[in-house]
Amino acid sequence: MNTTALEKIQAAFPDAICKVALDSVVINVQPENLEPTLSRLKNDPDFNCTLLADVTAIDYLEYPKHQGPRFSVVYTMRNWEDNLLLQVKTPVADPEVGVSSAAHLWGAALWGEREAYDQYGINFQGHPDLRRILNHWQFKGHPLRKDYPIEKRQICYETDSLEPEIRARLAKKGVDDQTLKDINTEVMFLNLGPSHPATHGAIRILTALDGETILANVNEIGYLHRGFEKNSEKMTYNQIIPMTDRLNYCSSMINNIAYVKAIESWLGVTITERAQFMRVVLTEFYRVLDHLVCISAAFVDIGGLTGYWYLYNEKEAAYDFISRLTGARLTSSFTRVGGMYRDFYDGWKEDMEHHIKTIEQGIDDALTLIAANRILHDRTQGVCVISGETALSYGVTGPVLRASGVPYDLRKDAPYYNYESFDFEIPVGSTGDIYDRFMIRFFEMKESISIIRQAMKSIPEGPINVTDSQVVLPKKEDVYSNIEGLANHFKLIFEGVKTPPGEWYDAFEAANGELGFHFVSDGSGKPYKLKVRPPCFYTMGAFHKMVEGNMIADAVINLSCINIIGGELDR
Amino acid sequence: MALGLEANLGDTVITTNLDVVVNWGRQYSLWPFVFGTACCAIEFMSAAASQHDVSRFGAEVVRFSPRQADLMLVCGTITYKQAPILKRIYEQMPDPKWVIAVGACASSGGIYNNYCTVQGIDTIIPVDVYVSGCPPRPETILDALIRLQDQIKGESILKDRHKDFKGILD
Ligand code: SF4
Repeated sequence: MNTTALEKIQAAFPDAICKVALDSVVINVQPENLEPTLSRLKNDPDFNCTLLADVTAIDYLEYPKHQGPRFSVVYTMRNWEDNLLLQVKTPVADPEVGVSSAAHLWGAALWGEREAYDQYGINFQGHPDLRRILNHWQFKGHPLRKDYPIEKRQICYETDSLEPEIRARLAKKGVDDQTLKDINTEVMFLNLGPSHPATHGAIRILTALDGETILANVNEIGYLHRGFEKNSEKMTYNQIIPMTDRLNYCSSMINNIAYVKAIESWLGVTITERAQFMRVVLTEFYRVLDHLVCISAAFVDIGGLTGYWYLYNEKEAAYDFISRLTGARLTSSFTRVGGMYRDFYDGWKEDMEHHIKTIEQGIDDALTLIAANRILHDRTQGVCVISGETALSYGVTGPVLRASGVPYDLRKDAPYYNYESFDFEIPVGSTGDIYDRFMIRFFEMKESISIIRQAMKSIPEGPINVTDSQVVLPKKEDVYSNIEGLANHFKLIFEGVKTPPGEWYDAFEAANGELGFHFVSDGSGKPYKLKVRPPCFYTMGAFHKMVEGNMIADAVINLSCINIIGGELDR
Repeated sequence: MALGLEANLGDTVITTNLDVVVNWGRQYSLWPFVFGTACCAIEFMSAAASQHDVSRFGAEVVRFSPRQADLMLVCGTITYKQAPILKRIYEQMPDPKWVIAVGACASSGGIYNNYCTVQGIDTIIPVDVYVSGCPPRPETILDALIRLQDQIKGESILKDRHKDFKGILD
């Protein structure tokens, strides 16, 4: 972010205190100015922030020397076309009173604010449906508040009925009991999940059906909410890396890389050339694997088991490469702040080339099966359409957004790790239906494979870690042979990598879209707050927009095409 | 030398212990219901796929209905929000039934010692075999299956194994 953006914004909002933090401009406003500021940022063509990336709150109870109210709320938004990243921050004097909701501006605020309410107990005035989202309905208190003890467990005895929600949704769609009587039909409520073969994990989908057509849909998530963010506050930065594996467990390495990149950006550490190339190669490889799992699962749901075998076998084979490189099949934990855990092994290029060749073969075989397949086309084309505009408003990113024709991709729009020097395309869809969401992943895999080949050609030799002793562990020889090395090692392990106090947001183009990390640091070696902006969460928030009006069977394949991963959805 | 019934009927019958026959049948035809919630479920997929091939142990008929299954594999983290569902599905499975807790999370809560994660599913339903690992490799899941088969060998059809079990939701 250059100063011109700051100047422009400061000029537009003279009452607000604007600051730059990494790539974003942070606008500090008073609560009464929150709504006007947000609505101007959204609607004024000068700013045009169509994408609300995230909503969260901060509890300053234990923050050293904090002045002012205990809570703040932060909205993170983008004008993706101009690569403008903004955060609007406002203090909350009384959480019970809260602040005004932004749900009328962006669909993404619906779920984003619910999460802030659930985790921090902040009220959002005017929110149409402010209730818990991650924690269960019998839960008391707000776990991410600093005075909530991490081990205070609360038992849930019964599952939420969701009946008021689905009835409200039906009413909103204009279907009430009278209409149903007039057309002489009855609504059937059908519940899928949270343990159902179609849900690929623990998500609950409740639909109101007229025959097979979905009149209204509400979804319940949080079944895999396992407290990643609260746990992180108790761990040093490097200790958290294994936890990030378990966010999106189909592409664990991408999470590792995105997470350490966010810390390195704040520390001002530029990793070595070789490490950058390694990260590009591995990110793209995992992007391919993630898409393979998504597409092969979608094949199963559509009834095309052959496609599944063509694609899943290659994924299983790729585990050999990954085990050899990282020592684990699924949970890679391969990055460290300041570089990588290890270098590639000798002969990795041949192995990689072998894998991407077989994957290409698998992709081509699978494509031959479907390219002119009437059954698949009829089943998926024009089904569960979402427009680019709606998708953006709901915070949908990644392949699902691009399938709706919006070419937003951080690798092009805000490049890092020399992505600008690679030659690749961003495939986009034309209609935003299931077919587009399905096919776009094939083309993205081809682009990723091309990036891997380019990077393999030009990857330089050299160290994989920076030499900063405040960040990277000393060599083992030094730890065992001299006192400086030992002390250095001890400090880094026990206290962690110290980050300068402050707040920042850093994003990465993961396989499913924008994976962001919002940190608050108090200067210690552990994050004061760590909030993940998971791509799945907001994509799932737009699910009803895709499926309402379509058939129940379409909802099932739609779910597999948007690739919801419980780990990052619920954290 | 044959005695009793066998002495009279010769080779046409075999006498044995009822438990042995029943257990033999049960042991080699376990039908799993996979309660997959998180990362561990991905490794179960690998255990079931061709390379590791769970069908070598007679347990490849994965059912998505608890009513048709007798082995519950809990693969992944169970949260308090999920717990009532886990219990309900367990209860829907007909007897006899067995449970394998796959992975650290299902066995003990794993790395998630916090407000939302159940610290081991044995606080909710009875567990027969625990599998360590985060996630366990597919071989370990097969190993757990073999252990369970061994255990079944020694069971009695007259005994209700979990009569006295009481979990936090009971
Ligand atoms: S044990 Fe580890 S791999 Fe398995 S579900 Fe828990 S966190 Fe995931």
